Amino acid sequence: MRRLELILSRLAWFIPTLVGLTVIIFTVSHIIPTDPVRILAGENATAEQIEALRVELGYDKPLPVQLLSYFRDVATGNLGVSIYTKRSIAETMWHRLPATLELTFAAIFLSVVFGIPLGVLSALRRNSLFDHCLRVVTVSGLAVASFWLAMELQFLFSMKLAIAPLNGRIAGFGPDEVTGFMIVDSLIAGDLPMLGLVLSHLALPAVTLALPAAATIVRFTRAGVLDVINSSFVLYARAMGIPWSLIVWKYVLRNALISTVTQIGLIFGVLLSGAVVIETVFDWPGLGAYAVNSILQSDYKSIMGFTLWTGAMFVIVNLLVDILHTLIDPRSNR
Amino acid sequence: MTELLAVRDLTLGFRTDAGLARVLDGVNLTIDAGQVMGLVGESGCGKTTLARAVLGVLPRNAAEIAGGEIVFKGRDLLKFSPGALARDICGRAITFIPQDPYGSFNPVFTIGTQIMEIMKWKSPRRVTGHWSEHAPLLGPYPAERRRADMETVVALLDAVQLPQPAQILRKYPHELSGGQRQRLMIAMALLPEPDLVIADEPTTALDVTIQAQILGLIRRLANERNVAVLFTTHDLGTAYEICDAVTVMYAGQEVESAPTDRFFAAPAHPYTGKLLASLPRHDGEVAGIPGEVPNLVRPPGGCRFHPRCERASEACRSGKPPAEMLDPGHSVRCFHPVRPAA
Amino acid sequence: MAVWRQVLWKLLRDRATFLGASIILSLILAAILAPVLSPFPEDVFEFHTANRLRPPDGVNYFGTDRMGSDILSRLLFGARITITIALIAVGTAVAVGVPIGLVAGYYGAWPGDLLMRVSDIFLAIPQVVLAIAIAQTLGPSIENVILALSATYWPFWARLVYAETRSVKNEIFIESAIALGASPARVMILHILPNISSAIIVRTSIGMGATILTAAALGFLGLGAPPPAPEWGRMIAESRDFLPEAWWYATAPGLAIFLVVMGFNLLGDGLRDILDPRIRRAGGRND
Repeated sequence: MRRLELILSRLAWFIPTLVGLTVIIFTVSHIIPTDPVRILAGENATAEQIEALRVELGYDKPLPVQLLSYFRDVATGNLGVSIYTKRSIAETMWHRLPATLELTFAAIFLSVVFGIPLGVLSALRRNSLFDHCLRVVTVSGLAVASFWLAMELQFLFSMKLAIAPLNGRIAGFGPDEVTGFMIVDSLIAGDLPMLGLVLSHLALPAVTLALPAAATIVRFTRAGVLDVINSSFVLYARAMGIPWSLIVWKYVLRNALISTVTQIGLIFGVLLSGAVVIETVFDWPGLGAYAVNSILQSDYKSIMGFTLWTGAMFVIVNLLVDILHTLIDPRSNR
Repeated sequence: MTELLAVRDLTLGFRTDAGLARVLDGVNLTIDAGQVMGLVGESGCGKTTLARAVLGVLPRNAAEIAGGEIVFKGRDLLKFSPGALARDICGRAITFIPQDPYGSFNPVFTIGTQIMEIMKWKSPRRVTGHWSEHAPLLGPYPAERRRADMETVVALLDAVQLPQPAQILRKYPHELSGGQRQRLMIAMALLPEPDLVIADEPTTALDVTIQAQILGLIRRLANERNVAVLFTTHDLGTAYEICDAVTVMYAGQEVESAPTDRFFAAPAHPYTGKLLASLPRHDGEVAGIPGEVPNLVRPPGGCRFHPRCERASEACRSGKPPAEMLDPGHSVRCFHPVRPAA
Repeated sequence: MAVWRQVLWKLLRDRATFLGASIILSLILAAILAPVLSPFPEDVFEFHTANRLRPPDGVNYFGTDRMGSDILSRLLFGARITITIALIAVGTAVAVGVPIGLVAGYYGAWPGDLLMRVSDIFLAIPQVVLAIAIAQTLGPSIENVILALSATYWPFWARLVYAETRSVKNEIFIESAIALGASPARVMILHILPNISSAIIVRTSIGMGATILTAAALGFLGLGAPPPAPEWGRMIAESRDFLPEAWWYATAPGLAIFLVVMGFNLLGDGLRDILDPRIRRAGGRND
């Protein structure tokens, strides 16, 4: 059972990877030249007050001891409290999670729905005008700085044409919170105007985030289809008179997607990194903007919380990709 | 015997970087109903291209058909639209056994899925003119027909000597041996009850020990079901074993065509003679054919074999020899054919 | 070397690759000749507040910024920062990642596994986040941006070289070199490295583009070179306060980033088609 073996070996590395991640982040964040305790205590604090605060926060202990106690906390789901807001980091992140997920899912949806068919079509019409135009778009999509594109979209659609909100997730009050996903919540409430408002806020950031991911999907799907389209089994299916649309959209696509699926990990990384910058430009109240704020404030426990979370997500996604890969490619289970 | 397929003066080329490669130059080929016809020639002589032209699966953007016709049961296949050809002829009246049983199965679907896909579209029970022909992705497979088709499939797997059909249908292609896969390919070619099966070097990719079994199987099933077979091969020995008649091609031209016993007893074209002489003999000597296969972008004029032929004259260089009937069913394209010493 | 002349010829024949190479060449020329090409070289560090926020005209082709400086001049000098960051950061990442991947791939077994897991850990953090964290920790400066980028990029080359080494190592010519008693270092440097160099070159070209994007994002977030350095990402960030009136402010630096990254991507794609025959798509028939 190679499939089971593969998954088990991946699972076995899950915990060590997270531990290693914690050590790296911990090390990086503890060589901060600025002293967070001093900042926290305020400008007028005396040396004694600072030391007292240091002991209170546990920053007086040697680094390995601090690291161990951090591990103990993380193991119980406690990511500590922000040194600025004094709020629980885990709670704050949990609260901000739906905003990021909604944005990311919207971007994934857009990039898959447009990326896969466009990739197939450009492979079928290789070297046509359509293929060349699409190549220009995908090359551009991978070359444009997302924050700049975001600003230009804001300039055009929000400031000049005034057909999309400038930033934020919602103006005024959102739908009654049930899941935290505003699209779902407004559907639950049956509030269609609210749904429109939510979608209009989502449009620009989701498009900006989706563009590089869609470009990646188009490129891999196109390459995958081109790999398969000249294969013997396509020739056989054609010779046996199987309808061409069936050959393309069932036989060829299924094979071509194998190589696209192995890139999901990469695409997910693109989305995570993109979200950090794009949430900042669009004032999107998600985890990415939270991370940037925490970093700019040297709120390192929050940074560690965020990094651990994204790291864990990334490892889990890659694990799922491996499992998915063995499921859709029967040869990998040989 | 009735004429099933007649290829007449088929001329076509492939666009390449170096220019137009004239792969077929006025080829003629006739197959009668129920006849096993061997199409013999060296690699690159155009026999695979001819087979693909009949099936309508030439590379779309590179192939250029300059002239000729492919008449199948009285209708010219070259006049069919691609859609109509795929719907009414390919996989129905004409089926295909590919050269490469390893790559010709889709690796990510089970054997059963792939066989039933063919049955869904090509089963003799299928009613033509159904709306799903215009929406292949949505077309349903009626449960009753599916059940009947499944019984046919199981029976035919038995006929091609594949034991435990139910288990084989659940497997993926990579879980089967080459011989098993080629037996499946034969079964799939016969399932639609065709008039003509095109077998493109069906044994080249197989072990020598398996080859004889597969050849015997094709021969037997073709006879039993009265199916004509166009069998391409570069191996005269194979052709001798299973064919009723043989057509030899050289560099895109057919040079000789004859019933098998006549062909081997009295070859008339110089090229055929050399081809027969190049078969390994009992004493282990192998005689090659001097010279090289010509460049098809700038082929020699007239008879394309003349640069390698010691009987060649000025006439061979300037014009293509007409087909000459030496005997009933035995035609040769040569100005100086080898006449049996009578 | 005839091989390289052939590669060069093929590169120049492909229009997209030629475009990419020209863009990169222009960037390098712009960086070197910035003092000559700039209409107002003194503007880069001097302010002319009377002139601030002028739209593009015959004097300031790309307009002026909030300090009254000529945007074109700042853009040309900014090319120096961009190219310095990209070259040193990618160079360092290659210098660290390639030997690690080579050794791990050559010895395989547990050292290889361990090294790959360490690079996995680095790859598990979104690059932008790790780079931001490092750059913020060390303070905003060009040196720290370079350090942050190379610290986050080396695993990409380590992974690539590891995989390539593993596949090349089983080739007969490597095995025979080992059998003839060549030392591991000799085999790695003289036999394996030349055979995987094309993959490294391709990845490096594409990596340059990605590095420039990340560096610009860091600058945009205020973590790059401190003002008044004419860093492209920072110029775009500065312009945010002046939208929608000063539409030209962000246009020029944004397009500059776009062009340069596209140049490296096009060159990388072209190089891959020529140098990496495994990925090259055969358009031919099989007859």
